[in-house]
Amino acid sequence: MTDTPTIRHHGGDMFEGYPVDTANTAGDQAVTNYTINFGPQHPAAHGVLRLVLELDGEIIERVDPHVGLLHRGTEKLIEYKTYLQALPYFDRLDYCSPLGMEHSYVLAIEKLLDLEVPARAQYLRTMFAELTRICNHMLNIGSHVMDVGAMTPNLWVFELREDCLNFFERASGARMHSAYFRPGGVHQDVPEKLLVDIGEWVETRLPKLFGDAMSLVIDNRIFKQRNVDIATVSKEDALAWGFSGPMIRGSGIAWDLRKSQPYDAYAAMEFDIPVGTRGDCYDRFMVRVEEVYQSAKIIKQCLRDMPTGPIASLDRKVVPPKRGEMKQSMESLIHHFKLYTEGFHVPAGEVYVATESPKGEFGVYLVSDGTNKPYRCKIRPTAFSHLQAMDMMSKGHMLADTTAIIGAIDVVFGECDR
Amino acid sequence: MAHAAPLIAPRATLAAELKQLLGANLLAHDFAADEDSITVDRTAIAVVMIALRDNLEYQQLMEIAGVDYPDRAERFEVVYHLLSVTRNHRLRVRVSTDEATPVPSIVPVWPVAGWLEREVFDMYGVLFAGNPDLRRILTDYGFQGHPQRKDFPLTGYIELRYSEEDKRVVYEPVKLAQDFRNFDFLSPWEGADYVLPGDEKAGGTGEAPGKGAPTPMTAKDVKASDDNAKASPPPTPKTTDSPAQTGAGASVNKAASKTSRDGAKSKVATKQAKTPATTKAEKAPAKPRAPRKPKTGGDA
Repeated sequence: MTDTPTIRHHGGDMFEGYPVDTANTAGDQAVTNYTINFGPQHPAAHGVLRLVLELDGEIIERVDPHVGLLHRGTEKLIEYKTYLQALPYFDRLDYCSPLGMEHSYVLAIEKLLDLEVPARAQYLRTMFAELTRICNHMLNIGSHVMDVGAMTPNLWVFELREDCLNFFERASGARMHSAYFRPGGVHQDVPEKLLVDIGEWVETRLPKLFGDAMSLVIDNRIFKQRNVDIATVSKEDALAWGFSGPMIRGSGIAWDLRKSQPYDAYAAMEFDIPVGTRGDCYDRFMVRVEEVYQSAKIIKQCLRDMPTGPIASLDRKVVPPKRGEMKQSMESLIHHFKLYTEGFHVPAGEVYVATESPKGEFGVYLVSDGTNKPYRCKIRPTAFSHLQAMDMMSKGHMLADTTAIIGAIDVVFGECDR
Repeated sequence: MAHAAPLIAPRATLAAELKQLLGANLLAHDFAADEDSITVDRTAIAVVMIALRDNLEYQQLMEIAGVDYPDRAERFEVVYHLLSVTRNHRLRVRVSTDEATPVPSIVPVWPVAGWLEREVFDMYGVLFAGNPDLRRILTDYGFQGHPQRKDFPLTGYIELRYSEEDKRVVYEPVKLAQDFRNFDFLSPWEGADYVLPGDEKAGGTGEAPGKGAPTPMTAKDVKASDDNAKASPPPTPKTTDSPAQTGAGASVNKAASKTSRDGAKSKVATKQAKTPATTKAEKAPAKPRAPRKPKTGGDA
């Protein structure tokens, strides 16, 4: 009861369902709390976020985020699609890190099928997942920096993001909505030259350009003033509010699913988990900066160790044959036809598979009833839990800090609203 | 374990610990697909969650998912996914409920449950007793119905568009130019519990829709062939797992490739096998062909 003194009901005045304080406080000039809308169309809201802010002057007293403005019923749609047809929906959840979303989904299907994935496919998926992480962090770091006032670094890191998207295009044919990870492996093998180019890029261009951009920011006085000690989250709070990814690591808990519950080729990778010390926006930002370098390290290891061999499971009841095979074999033709019309049937059961997507724990709770369509596919978005903690994090901060807090959450509404 | 999904080491003593800790509140515990899940008593969910958090070190609530099983007496399942960051383990906790019975809220245990419960309420209409802010969350302001229920149509009931006459967004009942096509891939031999069109007369309820397609065989013949089939079960089905087994690349059937003279012998054999009726028909003199009339091109 005592921790909510700001919501006073003296006057009983209501505005849009929210109580407005009209009572005088002793001795002072009375300033009425007022409510403003932040969004749904706001450049710093990173999408369609509507925050109903209750302000006391410029101090935030209460935040009520209204989400769901980008709700497209993805989970409902997936129930009406075969397992393979549902895959591209995952690209469209978090459109800044599409392959990270696909990863959880294909692993969930493989777990239900208990399907073995060839080593080359595992390495390719690991490498592209890390490339996605770099791609995602480039967008987030850039826009976070821009939200608090700096323009130049954003333009520089977007160059790198563009490079990543070009790599995706060369591997899958699409810049953003790749649909590259498939149940059983990946869609197609990559050209040798692409691997060479990625290796070169990670060696030279990425560290140079990213290092340059970050040298403008990380010790910048204004940037620190805007981020240090803003929205401090303790370890206990981080656990209670369901934080994951850079948010929980920023609070000082070294929790990374790639290390603790390794999937694909991560068990063979050597990398460090950066953690924050204070749990503020600056720490979350710096965790992401360091993760970029760690991802680069993983990509190098993938390129070094990647074996040759098939890029998808040879189980023809799940993975369709290639076109060349279809020209030769009647059986391949039948498999191809069956897999692209009826799809494969997944044994009944349920799994919850979560991977370390760039934004945190992205989980897929897949319930199968033995048919060719998922009975239920619950998507566990990362931003949903983080955004819920907006109220807790921004209480007592200035209005201008909201942009820094949202930037450090790294929210994308395609995924939050589904 | 062949798959490449996240590896979680099983907790060997979990079953015993759960039984001791939860007692009668634990209704079922199963371990499938490398994942532990328990079903607990709905009314005791808050107590169970506190016990799991404080005694078994499940510090984080990652997700609450609703699932709709319309055939069950209590049609909704609320599924909580817990994570232990110290023991590195996940646990799934299920409770079941129906449209009217509220599930006790676990917001006092984990504040993150607030929105997660709101989402389940929005999508399924499951009520959570004690949630301080049980509003809709993902759907539109003023939305009616619970879209994730299995009886809610994929297209919904209303659609909205910008009306040029009214200069505002208007809501209208959904009008579809084409019905949503949902193909049924259940095999009529395996899972389908309906009668195929045309099979109504066979009198089956779907379990045994007659003996298949209409046949000129008499009942006696059918029975004889059925008994025959029972006496000699079909051989192991031929599988073609490797390209070699498909016959691709193997040398062609030599006997078949030979024509004319060498094949003459077998030709004789087939002639003998012919029924008298066909022989008779062959022997019958061919009807002389009517002389061809010259073409007349209309009245020209």
